[in-house]
Order: sequence, then C-alpha cells, then structure tokens
Amino acid sequence: MDAYSTFCLNGTTHDLSDRDDPRESLLRWLKRHRLTGTKEGCGDGDCGACTVAEVVREGASTRLHAVNSCLLPMGQVIGRSFVTVEALATKDEVHPVQRAMVRCAGSQCGYCTPGFVMSLFVGFHEDTLGDHCIDGNLCRCTGYTAIRQAMAEVAAVPASERASALPRFIDQDPGFTPRSAPTFLTPVTVAEALANKTAHPDFVWITGATDTGVALSRGHPVAPGFIALDRIDELQEVHRRDSSWRIGAAATLSRLEEKLGNSLPVITQVLPWFAARQVKNRATLGGNIGSASPIGDLLPCLLTLDAVIELAGPNGRRPVAASDYFLDYRKTARHNDELVTAVTFDVPPGRQAFYKVAKRQTDDISIVAAAFLVDTDPTGVIRFARLAYGGVAAIPKRARDTEAFLLGRRLDPDTVSEAVALLANEFTPLSDHRASKEYRMALVGNLFRQFVEAA
Amino acid sequence: MSIVHESALGHVTGQARYTDDLPDAPGTLGAWPVQATHAHARLLRLDTSKARVASGVVHVLTAADIPGRNQTGPIIADEPLLPTDEISHYGQAVAWVLAETEQQARAAAAMVVAEYEALPACLTITAAEAADSFHLKPSLIERGDPTTAMAAAPHRLAGTLDIGGQDHFYLETHCSRTEWDGDGQLVIHSSTQHPSETQHIVAQVLGLASHQVTCKCLRMGGGFGGKETQANAFAAICALGTLLTGRPVKLKLHRTLDMQLTGKRHPFLARWQAGFDAEGRIQAADIDLIADAGWSVDLSPPVLMRAMVHVDNAYFLPNVRVRGRMAKTHLPSNTAFRGFGGPQGMIVGEEIVAAIATHLGLKPELVRERNFYRGANDAPENQTHYGQAVIDNHLPDLWAQLKAKSTFDERQQAVTRFNAQSRRRKRGIAITPVKFGISFNKTIYNQAGALIHVYHDGSVQLNHGGTEMGQGLHSKMLVVASRCLGLPISRFRVMTTSTDKVPNTSATAASSGSDLNGQAVADACNTLISRMKPIAAAALNCETSALEFAEGCCRVAAEPDRAIPFTELVHRAYDSRISLSATGYYRTPEIHWDPVTLHGRPFYYFAYGAAVSEVEVDGDTGIHHLLRVDLLHDVGNSLIETIDRGQIEGGFVQGMGWLTSEELVTNAQGRLLTDAPSTYKIPSLGEIPHDFRVALYRRKAPFTTDTIFGSKGVGEPPFMLALSVREALRAAVAAFAQDGHDEPVKLDAPATPEAIWRAVHKVLPARTQI
Repeated sequence: MDAYSTFCLNGTTHDLSDRDDPRESLLRWLKRHRLTGTKEGCGDGDCGACTVAEVVREGASTRLHAVNSCLLPMGQVIGRSFVTVEALATKDEVHPVQRAMVRCAGSQCGYCTPGFVMSLFVGFHEDTLGDHCIDGNLCRCTGYTAIRQAMAEVAAVPASERASALPRFIDQDPGFTPRSAPTFLTPVTVAEALANKTAHPDFVWITGATDTGVALSRGHPVAPGFIALDRIDELQEVHRRDSSWRIGAAATLSRLEEKLGNSLPVITQVLPWFAARQVKNRATLGGNIGSASPIGDLLPCLLTLDAVIELAGPNGRRPVAASDYFLDYRKTARHNDELVTAVTFDVPPGRQAFYKVAKRQTDDISIVAAAFLVDTDPTGVIRFARLAYGGVAAIPKRARDTEAFLLGRRLDPDTVSEAVALLANEFTPLSDHRASKEYRMALVGNLFRQFVEAA
Repeated sequence: MSIVHESALGHVTGQARYTDDLPDAPGTLGAWPVQATHAHARLLRLDTSKARVASGVVHVLTAADIPGRNQTGPIIADEPLLPTDEISHYGQAVAWVLAETEQQARAAAAMVVAEYEALPACLTITAAEAADSFHLKPSLIERGDPTTAMAAAPHRLAGTLDIGGQDHFYLETHCSRTEWDGDGQLVIHSSTQHPSETQHIVAQVLGLASHQVTCKCLRMGGGFGGKETQANAFAAICALGTLLTGRPVKLKLHRTLDMQLTGKRHPFLARWQAGFDAEGRIQAADIDLIADAGWSVDLSPPVLMRAMVHVDNAYFLPNVRVRGRMAKTHLPSNTAFRGFGGPQGMIVGEEIVAAIATHLGLKPELVRERNFYRGANDAPENQTHYGQAVIDNHLPDLWAQLKAKSTFDERQQAVTRFNAQSRRRKRGIAITPVKFGISFNKTIYNQAGALIHVYHDGSVQLNHGGTEMGQGLHSKMLVVASRCLGLPISRFRVMTTSTDKVPNTSATAASSGSDLNGQAVADACNTLISRMKPIAAAALNCETSALEFAEGCCRVAAEPDRAIPFTELVHRAYDSRISLSATGYYRTPEIHWDPVTLHGRPFYYFAYGAAVSEVEVDGDTGIHHLLRVDLLHDVGNSLIETIDRGQIEGGFVQGMGWLTSEELVTNAQGRLLTDAPSTYKIPSLGEIPHDFRVALYRRKAPFTTDTIFGSKGVGEPPFMLALSVREALRAAVAAFAQDGHDEPVKLDAPATPEAIWRAVHKVLPARTQI
C-alpha cells in the first residue's frame, strides 16, 4: 500500500493510499476518520450541512471558499487544503461565528449548524457576510431568523479581531505536489488532458463535480475513471480584450461573478439564482455546457450572447457557435474525445436581462429560464433581438421566428402581443414534477412581456 | 446571556453527537434495502441466492428470518416489517442486505431477483374513494341539528379542498445501530422520538422480552413527528441483523431512501358546506374529511381525530357535522407531523371563513372576529363541538393586541392603495388565529416519568422519558430541576434518553414533552426535597415547612442566612441513610374522552396565537414574496424565552413551506418523484422576510390549569400561524379580480407559483390580459 498523494486537513497532512477510493467524497472520508462534526443532510449538495472551507492560495494571499464536501471526490482533494468545523475553536475560545450562533440561539437540533458555521466562517474572513453567503444551507428548525441575527452580530465584530480569529495553520503552505490516482487523473495542461483521454477513452471529464459528484455520492460508479480539468491554468483564465470576453471553461461561477462585475447583466443576473455559494465555488461554465441540460441556467445566456464554444480534441481546436452546439436532449456537437476549453463572445449592444422561475426562488432548478437581448435604434426600431429559453424544449433554444418577426418593428403593445403569440409556437414544453406544460408555455410569453415592460 | 440550548456549544463546534456519529464497533455491518418496483403487487418469488454470495455479504434478511412477530404496527397489527406476499407501496423494502460495508450491501441488493404480479393500485384519495378502499370505520362528531340549520340558513356555500402532504425533511435522516452488550442485552441506539415503543416493537419482532432490549436516543437532528413511529422498523431491521449474525449493525438512510420509505404528513380531501347569516356568522357546517393514510394505519386514527376536532379552529360552530375517513392507498404509510392533523382541520375552517367573506363582500378578519368563541368558560358560545369548553380563551385579547401592534388596518389601506396603482403585482395582507388543543388525543399517553440521582459531591444526574430533537426539551427540564432544587444548571447533567432509566414512556410528541416530563421531573425533585427537609430542619433547628431550596442551599425562607449548602445537606442525608435517588411520575389530570360518542375533554388546555402576513404576488409568474410577518403567540409563562421564540419562528416557517413550496409529486406507478432536496423544496433563507416580528403574549386573565411553572406547550401550535400566509396570498389573488367578483378564490395547498398563477387566471375577467 503506497501513499499516492497527500492533502491537508485542519493543518495536518494526510496520506491517501491505494485503499482510498478517489471517487469517495471528502464527507465520507471525514466520517471514516472520525471527524463527525461535518454532517450529511442530503448527499446531493443541496442542503449545505456538509460545508467545509477550502483554503485557496492566490499568489501571496489566502482565500477561503465554502464547498459541499459531499460532492467533492477525494481525487480532487489531493494537494489541496481544507478546514472543517472541528478546527475553528481553540481550547480556550470558540470562533466569533460560533459565539454568535450560540448567543442568538442559531441552533435547535444542531444538525445543520456545522454547515452554517462554516459558511459564516468563510463569509466572516472573506468579508462577504450577507444572505447569499448562507442561502446554500438549509435549516428545518429555526426559520432562519436567529441565524440571520447571528450573522448580523458577527458582521459587527471589528476587522481587527478578524485576523486573530483565523486558525493559524491556514497561512502555512503545505507545499506538496499532487499525483494522480490511477483512476482519477489530474492533468495540468490541455495537451496532457487530451493525451489522458486518448489513453483512457472510457474515462470521463470532471471539473467542479457539482453534477457528477451527485451521482458519485449516490453510489453510482459513473465511469471507470475520471480526468479532472480543475488544475489546468489555461482553463481558469477569464479576461476581456476590448469588447471581447474569453472565459475559461473551468473558471468557477464565483470567479465569474467577481470578474464580470455588472458588465454583463444577462450573466450576472443569473448567477445569484443559479445556485448557492457552495455550488458556485465549484461549478463551472464548461460544466454547464458539458452536461448540456435543457435547464442549465447559463445556456440561454450563451445563446443570446451568440457565444462561441471552443472545443479541443486530438485533432486540434475548433469553434462551435452556441446556437449550433445543442443538438438534442443532452446531445451536443462535442465529440467524446473533445473537451470544452473556453467560451468567447463580444459584449453586444442593447438591453439584456435574465429571468428564472422556479418552485422556490432561491437555490432551485428552473421551471423556465429566459435570457433576452434586444437592441433598438434611437427611434426605437429593433435592430436585433435574441430570445433564448431553458426548460421549454429538449435543449436550450432560441425563439428564431419571434426574433425574425421583431426585426424592424417597435416594441408597442400590438407587437408584443403578436410576439407572445408567436412564442407559443416555438416551444414544446413537457409536464413534469416541477410544472405543467401550460404553465411553462404561459411563462414563455409572460417573461418576455415583463422584459419589455421593465424598460 | 439568557439561557440557550444546553447543546448549543456542541452544535456549533460539531462536538454534539448523533446516532450516526458514534464509533462503529468492530465488525459493524452495513445495510441496504431491496425495493419493490410496484405500488401494489403480489410478491411471487424472491431469489436472494446471488446476493448471498456477493462480495462482503453476510446475510440477506427476509420475512422468513423473523423469529418473533413480523409486525411493527403501533396501533393496529397491519404493518409487517417485511412483506410475505403483498407489496403495498412503491419502493417498499422487501428484503435487506447486510454486508461488511454499506456499499457492498447496496451492490448486492441489486442482485436480488424479485418477481411480482402487479395488482391495481390506489394512488390518490379519490381513487381510494372510488374503490371504497378505507381503513377501519368512519368517525362522526355532531352537535346540534346541522341539517335543519343548513336548510334554514340565509346563505349557503360549498366547496372542496385538496390538501397536500409534507415530508418532514429533518436534516438528520433515520439512523439506527444495534449490538449485543456481550452479556445478553440488545442495545439499540436510534433516532427515535419514542424509545419505549422502539424497544417494545424490536422485542416483539425478535421474540424477546422487553427487558432484554434497551433503546437509547442521544439526540435527533430534527424529528417533527417523523421519528414517532417511523424509527421502529429501521431499528427492528438492525436488531434482526444483530440477532442473526451476532454482529453490530448500523443503518443510516440516504436522503432519497428516507423520503421513499417513510410516511409523511397526511394529504386530506375536504368537502364542506356552510350555512351562514348576512353578517357572516356560521349557523351550520357540514364537513367531510378523508385522510390519505397510506398502506397501513400507523397513527392515522388519532391524526384524523385531531383534524376533526380542529376544523373549528377558533370559531364557534353551533350546528356541525364532521365526518372522517381514512383512505387506504398504496403509498408509504402517512404518520405524525407537527400539528398531527390539526393543520389539515384548521385549513378547512379558514377556507370556509374566507369563502363566506368573499361571498358577502366582507373583510375576512371581520368574519373571523364575528365567529370567534366567546364568553366565559361555560358560555354556550364558548363550547367546542366535541363537548370541551374553550378554557382560558385569551384569543380575543391576543387578537386585538396583534391587530394594533401590527398596524393591521393602516397596512390594509396601504395594500389597497398599492393594488390600485399596480397592474401586474398585487399585495395581500391577512390576520388569522390559532387555537390548538394540548395533550395527546389518546388520554392514556398523557403520562411521564423521571429519575434523578444526587451524588455525594452534590452533582445531579437528570433522566426523563422525553427525547431531544432540537426543541430544547432537555434545556427546559434543566430549568425545571434547577428551579425545584434551587441549584444552578451547571450542577446537572441530562442523561441520554434510555429505556433502562425511565420505562414505558410516551412519545415525545403532541407539544406535550415539557408539560409531561417537566411535571415528572418536578415530582422527583419534590420527593428528594421532602426526604432532605427533615435533615435540614434538624440542622437549622426549624420546622420543615419553613424551608426552601434556593441559591444552592436549603434555607429558612424567611431568614435566608439560616442556610445549609446543598452539598453539605447531601452529605448529611447520605450519612443518615436517606436515599438520594428518586423517580418522578405525572399523569395529566381532568382529561377524558369517550371513543364512542367522540365527546369529552381531550385537551388539558389550549394554546392561542395569531399572525399577520403581507405578501406580494406577480400575476405573470405566480411568484410571491412574503414582505412582513407579525406573530403573537401564547406560551404561558415561558420556561426559556429564546427557545420558545425559536419554536414559534421555526414552526411558522415550516407551516409556510407546507402551504407554499413543498409539493409531493408521485408518478402513475406510485413512485415519489420529489424524493430529494433538488426537487422537494423546503423554505430556504431567501423566503424569509427581513421584517419578521415575533412576540410572546402576556396574558391578562389568570390561567386556570396547573402546568409546569405556568408554561404552555409550543411545539406544534405556531405551525398553524402560517395559515396567514395562505390567506394573504388569497387576498392578493383576489385583488386581480375586478370589482363585484364574489366567487371565492380557489387556491391549492400548496400554493406553488404555478398554483397561484392558475388562481390568478381564474379570477381574471375572461379574455382580459393583465
């Protein structure tokens, strides 16, 4: 039994050996090693009870990211550093976040509490406290008001006390180099990733593991092996040159939020509703494109932006227009041996907005998602219009006929009514456990009308 | 700092242990079920031969393995632990694989071959009704002459209401572990709200005497009723495994398994007819309730009964007939859930009042007030339809206080102004009352025990029969013991709930945990006090009647300096050969129930509350936002205010989930499609308004029932405060209608965005685009 790699937990380096299944989640590993503070509420990344903090070094600075340990395969843990709830308190003192949760009666049954504590811990040290820092944590007992109160109390802790509350080990760089497990490869260049794929055609790509991680957590083997794309620098790059954006496929959505700011409403409006913080800290644009779900919230945005998806394969790289990419239900133009490297697009003129309707507005899967982009000349005549929807067809899809109809017209009430009527013919929604097709159909038109009226 | 939950520090540091967190004893086996792929079928063949030889497999448990009774039904013996021939719901466990690891058990479970002959299945209440598929007999509660009064009423309305179920979604899924203690005792650790019943059912299945089985519950990560009976079967599977293999067995359900295998809040179908006068006063009500009990009876009879005795909510129904039936469907057997049928009854009462208000063009709150129970305890208009007076009826006062404090009238005018300006978004505001009966409906369950040990050093171990699931019961018991013995809380340690400490307990349920166990703890303390007082009286040279226990001493009440420290008194008592261990016992007085006439006094007292909710609805999407909540609730003299406030806030939000976002969807085969948090949406932080005001009611009139330190149960009643959200939504939907619209607004429960969108469309004048 050889240790194939190591990772750092609460300041201590742990070996991973052949006995450790790289598909096992960090949560399961913690339980096996008697670190029982981190709880499993769902195993699907939807409740946040298993939240831990990942320590990420960005140059000289250290950042903390809240992640769901139930979705994180050990193969992606290697070479990285994490903090669990056990490491927050010292012998003499609990962490300010823990103190506030106690004082405000933020716990009742206590099962979700370590997860909330970890989300608040990250928010406290990253200075990002606010509802969005804990909306990925479910509590069934308190009704959340006491937890919100605890958050307000901890937000009032002076900045001078913040640094001293950070566990000391966080700034220590364990300084190890990861090595791949035989069935969980961790290439650091695109070329290496493609070579891995050629050598192991039945291995599958994995990046943030927020989708595949659910299947793994539920005990499905998924594939004989995995090629992880989350350590390839090129895929992390997000940059803007003039009016053109290039977004690396493995950049996390949290990173996108930081980088894009408010420059692209159609994307920045979706991100708060896309998923909770723990998921956005792992999920990637490339992953959303790779899984190609008809309810992937970013996909209608890419369609309205007329984005280009860049694929890399053994024969080189090729661009595919987003509108040509989605072929049928979860079928795309990407070949099995290709990976998504980046998305590029120009910032378009005109007004853009994103809408999402779900059973629960926070951290839920869309019933219908819609992205709109309409540009008019100074007299109000439409120069171009792109209307894209998710949840109303087997693929994310643009409303081409309606777009064509709108060209050259003004958005007066008659035009809008006609557009709404046209939209009804462009989609074929289904009824399922989320909603009926009638409701979905009505939303298609109503959301467009809301967009027009919001101008 | 005010008193907080006794485990709060353990919660925030991750040190608080739950059943799953105990170290696995060497050789602990994992378990995984083989699940049926039909809702209703005959089990023709079960071939476990391949699974038995699979890697790591130690045993495959089937019905044939059961040495005792294959039976886990808590009231009626209709619930086999493992099926012998009939499959009763989709996903039912037909066998359990035990293996060295859970993963191995799971892999082997897929190798078990089961053959079925599909049978027709009832998957809805209406399907069961059509097939005349019911459990037990119908129930009927009647008062006055509803037929004549209905015919004579100036106005009549009728309606039906489908009421959805609800998954408990406790954050900790079911967990059990069993092992032999090495000396012939089977020890169970279970996430159970009812350790005594778990003990008895396990003994019954294994063919052991109850004294051979000990059941312990450390604490639970939420229960809400979902662990009142549902833990028994999982404990029995583990215990059976331990009996057959001699090895420890642990079972922690994955979330989807938990949702597929366990019962939920009962869906109900209600049909009602009401007769009323021009002022909106109800003269007659005829209500037919059908509960979806699922495949077995479980706790459905008392759930149905609580619904039947809560259809009145806070309203006097002079002539009334309430019929209740339990549909037998091929779904998991529905069970206890916070409110225990009360919410499903009260929602019908509120539906009727809301319909009357719309029909007469009156404000709903006015119709509510006009129908309130009123007068002195024995006034004719203060009597429920089951023969109990609405004792200590604080509601009119509480209601008036909340209306004033929440500035209800002004805000209602502001809502009207907003709606006049806004076409696509409308607001609604509503105030609703809660009157909830406290005690187990079944009289015999209203008893409890406690056991207190005082040690030489003056430290105290506190045992009681209740379980801790987050509601703060242990904390409240510490307060009771501390107040009785005059000792700081730090001198006590609450022990793990265990059937070898306090036997024959009732479930921790029915909002009665602190009422019952608190009195039992006080009784044990009083026994110790009465034993120690003579020793103290001798030492202080006074009468025993002059003594009190306070501030860590026993002292002369009138002369606090004449005192003997508690620890010294303990030494002297020990030296005098006085027992320092005492049991305590309590039975709720004055309650009775006639199961034939369905009349009596089932409740020791009532808890009262009221809520104001204000919402904004988007008519295009049906999405709503809760803008502000004001809650005023009666907890008597609170034992611990922070804990009671937590119950009020949490209960309200859980009720809001039931009424808005939590939707159970089953497919045509009877499979639950919403079996994970990705599809089943409990409220998250985003649904909670920043303006959320909670206050505890300070009663003016004296309380006439003797409860522990004047406190009231608080677990369930606040759940129904959420009915205000539903009524506010109804008001907002009604605002989309044009003037003169007098059709009651039909709103599904839960009122999901789609349901609200549909309701808006129904009230919109035909061919009108908003």
